[in-house]
Amino acid sequence: MAQVQERSDLAVVIGLEVHVQLETETKIFCGCSTEPAAEPNTRTCPVCLGLPGALPVLNEGAVEAAVKVGKAIDADIPETTEFHRKNYYYPDLPKNFQITQYDSPICQDGELECTVEGERRTIGIERAHLEEDPGSLAHQGGSIDTAEYTLVDYNRAGTPLMEIVTEPDFRGAAEVRAFLAKLEEVLEYLGVFDPERDGSLRIDANLSVVDADEIGADGEIDEAVLEGANRTEVKNISSHKGAEKALAYEAQRQKNAVERGREVEQETRHWDESRGITVSMRSKEEEKDYRYFREADIPPLQVSDWKEEIEIPELPDARRERFQSEYGLSEEAADKLTSTKQVADFYESVAEAFDPDLAATWVADELLGELNYRDMAITDIEERFDEVERLIELVDDEEITVKNARETVLRSMLDDGDDPDTIVDREGLGKTSGDEVQAAVEEAIEENPDAVEDYHSGEDGAINFLVGQVMQKTGGSADPGDVNGLLREALEE
Amino acid sequence: MSENIYITETTIEGDEDGPLAGRTVAVKDNISTEGVRTTCGSAMLEEYVPPYDGTVIERLKAAGATIPGKTNMDEFGMGTTTETSAFGSTDNPAAPGHVPGGSSGGSAAAVAAGEADLALGTDTGGSVRCPAAFCGVVGIKPTYGLVSRYGLIAYANSLEQIGPLAPSVEEAAELLEVIAGPDERDGTTRDATDHGSDYEYAEAADGDVDGLEIGVPTELLDGADDRVVDQFWNAIDDLEARGASYHEVSLPSLEHAVEAYYVIAMSEASSNLARFDGVRYGTSGGYDGNWNEAFAAAREEGFGEEVKRRILLGTYALSAGYHDKYYKKAQDARAWIQQDFDEALSEADVLASPTMPVTPFELGESLDDPMKMYLADANTTPVNLANLPAISVPVGDDPGLPVGLQLVGPAFGEKRLIRAGSALA
Repeated sequence: MAQVQERSDLAVVIGLEVHVQLETETKIFCGCSTEPAAEPNTRTCPVCLGLPGALPVLNEGAVEAAVKVGKAIDADIPETTEFHRKNYYYPDLPKNFQITQYDSPICQDGELECTVEGERRTIGIERAHLEEDPGSLAHQGGSIDTAEYTLVDYNRAGTPLMEIVTEPDFRGAAEVRAFLAKLEEVLEYLGVFDPERDGSLRIDANLSVVDADEIGADGEIDEAVLEGANRTEVKNISSHKGAEKALAYEAQRQKNAVERGREVEQETRHWDESRGITVSMRSKEEEKDYRYFREADIPPLQVSDWKEEIEIPELPDARRERFQSEYGLSEEAADKLTSTKQVADFYESVAEAFDPDLAATWVADELLGELNYRDMAITDIEERFDEVERLIELVDDEEITVKNARETVLRSMLDDGDDPDTIVDREGLGKTSGDEVQAAVEEAIEENPDAVEDYHSGEDGAINFLVGQVMQKTGGSADPGDVNGLLREALEE
Repeated sequence: MSENIYITETTIEGDEDGPLAGRTVAVKDNISTEGVRTTCGSAMLEEYVPPYDGTVIERLKAAGATIPGKTNMDEFGMGTTTETSAFGSTDNPAAPGHVPGGSSGGSAAAVAAGEADLALGTDTGGSVRCPAAFCGVVGIKPTYGLVSRYGLIAYANSLEQIGPLAPSVEEAAELLEVIAGPDERDGTTRDATDHGSDYEYAEAADGDVDGLEIGVPTELLDGADDRVVDQFWNAIDDLEARGASYHEVSLPSLEHAVEAYYVIAMSEASSNLARFDGVRYGTSGGYDGNWNEAFAAAREEGFGEEVKRRILLGTYALSAGYHDKYYKKAQDARAWIQQDFDEALSEADVLASPTMPVTPFELGESLDDPMKMYLADANTTPVNLANLPAISVPVGDDPGLPVGLQLVGPAFGEKRLIRAGSALA
């Protein structure tokens, strides 16, 4: 048995291929809707079914989305871009070839910055290209290996995909997670990606372990060393959290093998999310030959002008900095308020209507806090932003107390779905008018001579008792601070 | 109907009015017709019924044409004789006992036999012009992009166009008028009006060749049958007598056209035909083994020999290690051929050659010798590689074996070809 030798001098090198479904109205080569449908094979036409004689026509919306991504990752966008066929047989592929881009991808040489444990890291992006999603398979009566038969659903076929290929710049699973979270954030900001959609993000990762000595101080690694190292390709990862788990597992598995003196087998492995392990799929001894060649049905596309014409929104990093300088927010608040584009947009509209500080408190602390507590996302209440604004307006106009707004109205809005005015009426939370409060103050003084005496003899607790009495009389709708002041005024007369 | 012209006889009625009202147009069986099976001459698609009409079918219907049937063809267009059809060979009405040419043999035969007034064929490397020449009718291969391919079941999609067959140039032009023009469902279509033409093709059929300068590429006469060459020069003399003049011209790249054509066409075919795997077309199920084995069994059973030969060669030509040697080299040759044509057409209005270097084969003659069949495409394939328009018109008066003359023009120069061709037929 080989000697187990603990080695702290092993380093992990990871590169990613990220498949992102671009959010467009229609599919990439036909007019079918990209909305998921419950009924299989209902969002289909001759083109996405690959019927004989049907021809692909490029959806300009997908190109536009890709150009936006290219600009966001600071990539080179060539003069013209072309499509190719990737030929392989698989039952989910309607034509037994996939239309993709081979040697003239729409984006090349980009990069994306992310923060890992407080440190900025720049991840190189080798290329990003457009392609069509295949259909999906439903294995009946078992898994892919054991199923009795398999059904094909072509609803997904033809959904626009962008495949983003990074340089092997990751040195650990945590970096991968940070990068993917950042990528999702940017894509969402661009409005080209819907993270809620099932299968909208799919990740393949190439991972190998090398001697730590091979990695330079700047994180660089010699290409020849990387070529020489056996790597595994880990498939079936569908989230940034899953990626961290899968790659942490796989890194440890490879390190264990090396420490036991075994060679890491070059192979494709499947991430089994439920078991939390990677399993061997097939040995990758020979590269597949996809016989790429140009897709003559789609003429080369002039994209150079598009780059000039298409504008992208302010990206999260820039917005975060602006929130600090323009609204005087703390870094922490700015971080929270730029976490998604919806939150940031909403914050800005509230900040403009009211006051940046009030807006920050209500959006970052109250709203996000309550949503988080309920495991809800900002997108769940997107349709009700006007109601939240109304709530803030009620507070700003001092029509209800902050305490009631926070503890009763907002919670009821989220739990029962009512609008703020309805809740205020139902719970009788409208701040009582000055006359009513004044009357209650006078009543309380008249009814409680003992407490009045205690107050005059310097007993501090007496005023609190009287405030409580007034609050009771006004049904809690008076502002305790105001009541305190009014009482003191009346008692000093 | 002893010629075996149609794979499926049917009646698809068009609108009541229109330029083709009252006329029948036979349609090659690789153009999709909603509700009427479309076989491509293959057992693989024997039961395939498209759920949609190709664009040209919609245009025929709107023009008032009646479609009497789907015509026989070489399987997936792969042949020069219509003998590779899974539905048997078609006899040549103009030369019984001989092949009608291919791959649109059924369409040309329908017109020659009077079974239809007009017909649509498709031309990937000569598949409209060859049967037109062999059956003694007129055939036009339009500029790539003039006619929508939506609904045309692809053999080699960078090369093929749908084109008309008719007894006369004027009638072929009338049919072209109906089917030509851009289509948003085919991204490769272009508008002729952006390229110096209009769509009034029929009115160009006035036979006026006065002042026409004809270039004759010597390479396309080399190796041609004596009888063909004689008829060709007689026709040139005829045109000269009406005011045209000619000069000989050399296009050295054409020597490589057949090789380049077959590499490109077979490569594209290997991909285009990949979808026929037994899952949705052909015989499905009942095979042992994994998916790949089941696909292979379905393809072994559903495809004929010539189709399998071309898929295998095309797969080979695209494979890693051979891609540069074959596919890329063929693309380079294609660019060279386009350049040679451009140069030759800067000195001549049209280029003329025999359409086919040979007269029609006897039925069964070429089946065992694919090379003989491939080489017969020497004069037609360069035109597809160059994306140019061409017309084949019958010439000569030998009643036994028809001969066709091919005229090639610049891109979107269909009107020029129709004018010149109409002087002869």
